Amino acid sequence: MPGYMLLLYAPEVEATQQAERDAEMPLWNEVTQSLRDAGLLVSVGRLHPVARATTVRVRDGEADLTDGPFAVTKEVLGGYYLLDCADLDEALEHAARLPLSRYGSVEVRPMMDVDSVTTP
Amino acid sequence: MSTRSPLPDRPPSDGDDPTAAVVARAFRDERASVLATLIRHVGDFQVAEDAVQDAFAAAITAWRRDGVPKNPGAWITVTARRRAIDRLRRDRSVSDRAERLAELVRLDQQEHPSVSEESAVVDDRLRLIFTSCHPALDLQARVALTLRTLGGLTTGEIGRAFLVSEPTMGKRIVRAKRKIADAHIPYRVPSDADLPDRLLGVLRVAYLIFNEGYSASEGDRLVRGELCSEAIRLGQLLSQLMPDEAEVWGLLALMLLHDARRATRVDDQGRYVTLDEQDRSAWDRQQIDDGLQALAHAARLRRPGEYQLQAAITALHVRGADAGATDWEQIAELYGALAEVRPSPVVELNRAAAVGFAAGPEAGLALLRPLLGDSALAAYQPMHATHADLLRRSGDPAGAARAYEKAIALSTNAVERAELERRLRTLRDG
Repeated sequence: MPGYMLLLYAPEVEATQQAERDAEMPLWNEVTQSLRDAGLLVSVGRLHPVARATTVRVRDGEADLTDGPFAVTKEVLGGYYLLDCADLDEALEHAARLPLSRYGSVEVRPMMDVDSVTTP
Repeated sequence: MSTRSPLPDRPPSDGDDPTAAVVARAFRDERASVLATLIRHVGDFQVAEDAVQDAFAAAITAWRRDGVPKNPGAWITVTARRRAIDRLRRDRSVSDRAERLAELVRLDQQEHPSVSEESAVVDDRLRLIFTSCHPALDLQARVALTLRTLGGLTTGEIGRAFLVSEPTMGKRIVRAKRKIADAHIPYRVPSDADLPDRLLGVLRVAYLIFNEGYSASEGDRLVRGELCSEAIRLGQLLSQLMPDEAEVWGLLALMLLHDARRATRVDDQGRYVTLDEQDRSAWDRQQIDDGLQALAHAARLRRPGEYQLQAAITALHVRGADAGATDWEQIAELYGALAEVRPSPVVELNRAAAVGFAAGPEAGLALLRPLLGDSALAAYQPMHATHADLLRRSGDPAGAARAYEKAIALSTNAVERAELERRLRTLRDG
């Protein structure tokens, strides 16, 4: 089955909205559990806020570290799901079930089949 | 990168060469079916398309030498399948390659195609339509891919139609095919639950192709007219494949009825001619009949949708012996129904105008007044022109003059502006 990475983007939570987000936790758990039960869930992860991020760029052999994310955008990567699905339609269906799809966005990217990548 | 065939995209349709003419006809009639089935077997748009292209190119030489086979479509199918086998043997990037090769070889060794193969052709063409119009693809890519795979238009022709260079259009199509392959966009007819939504998406693509050919006057005229024909052909194909879908017939009717007036929509100087000034004797009667038949078919299914209602309105406009015989009462009713199915300020405006003709200017004004404050329509010239006409007919020349001035200021088309100025002068002189 092809693999799909579901990348979860949303505006960072302000203190006032935290309760609202906490309240949707049961829905997240429900979706996650159903994916696990269906044998589709490869892995799932939640990320710390971008304030904890460090960006690495090596230029001319020197590592350049930046505090924070590379590009400051309104929506930030907050977590991911890695799923095995029959096809894109199935992956999109699950992406639309995630609570965040209603106020943020879910980018669905097919995973490359590593064996098929030819090394020169 | 797949190796592009150096062969022409499309066989020549040379009228003096009977073989080329047969190949051209087979290309037109059989290509989409052969391609649709081969994609299912090969699992890759590009490999299948190249193989079908090869088969048509080979047909010219072979048929000229050996004579045209009894069943040209079957010859093309078998040849395309063998080319696909050759290509698959060379191309290692296709997923499930070994299985697909085995299946193709098995089919190739079968003497008679099985019955199930025959009946799968309908589904195969639907698969091709739904995959080319998949919502995960960029809208422009859907349009281009549909014209390419189902219409058989060359990349150059599609590029010219959309005023985009051939390499740009080529890249767009290649990107769409790669996404289909790499993201595993399924090659199938959507499930019953998804079908209504997905079908509307397909109809939107078809109507977009039609409008691109219908409403633009710039660019290469020939290709633009061909876009209308391609959209109609797609509509006809859909109506064959999904005869129980009312909106499929509704859209087909709408396109046929609009396109029947193609020859009269602009004058010798390429200027726009309004509906009531068009030469009705130059309308394509056969196409109007076909359109009315398609509309009747849609109506029998008793599920009115936006395309069917628009087609019904268009039918009332073209049915009258002259513009004065138009049945405005029914048109007003249909706009009312359309406003319920697909509410929009423009539909409301058209409804007000129709009511103005059916029940008098006061009734029209009553419907139009609430729209005057709508920000979406504030800069919409037709609203002010309609307002002006209604005021004039209700006996308010001062109000009508002000509305005409607004419409004139918003008018971007010289012919249209001249007409509005003429009405304003008549009003002042009278």
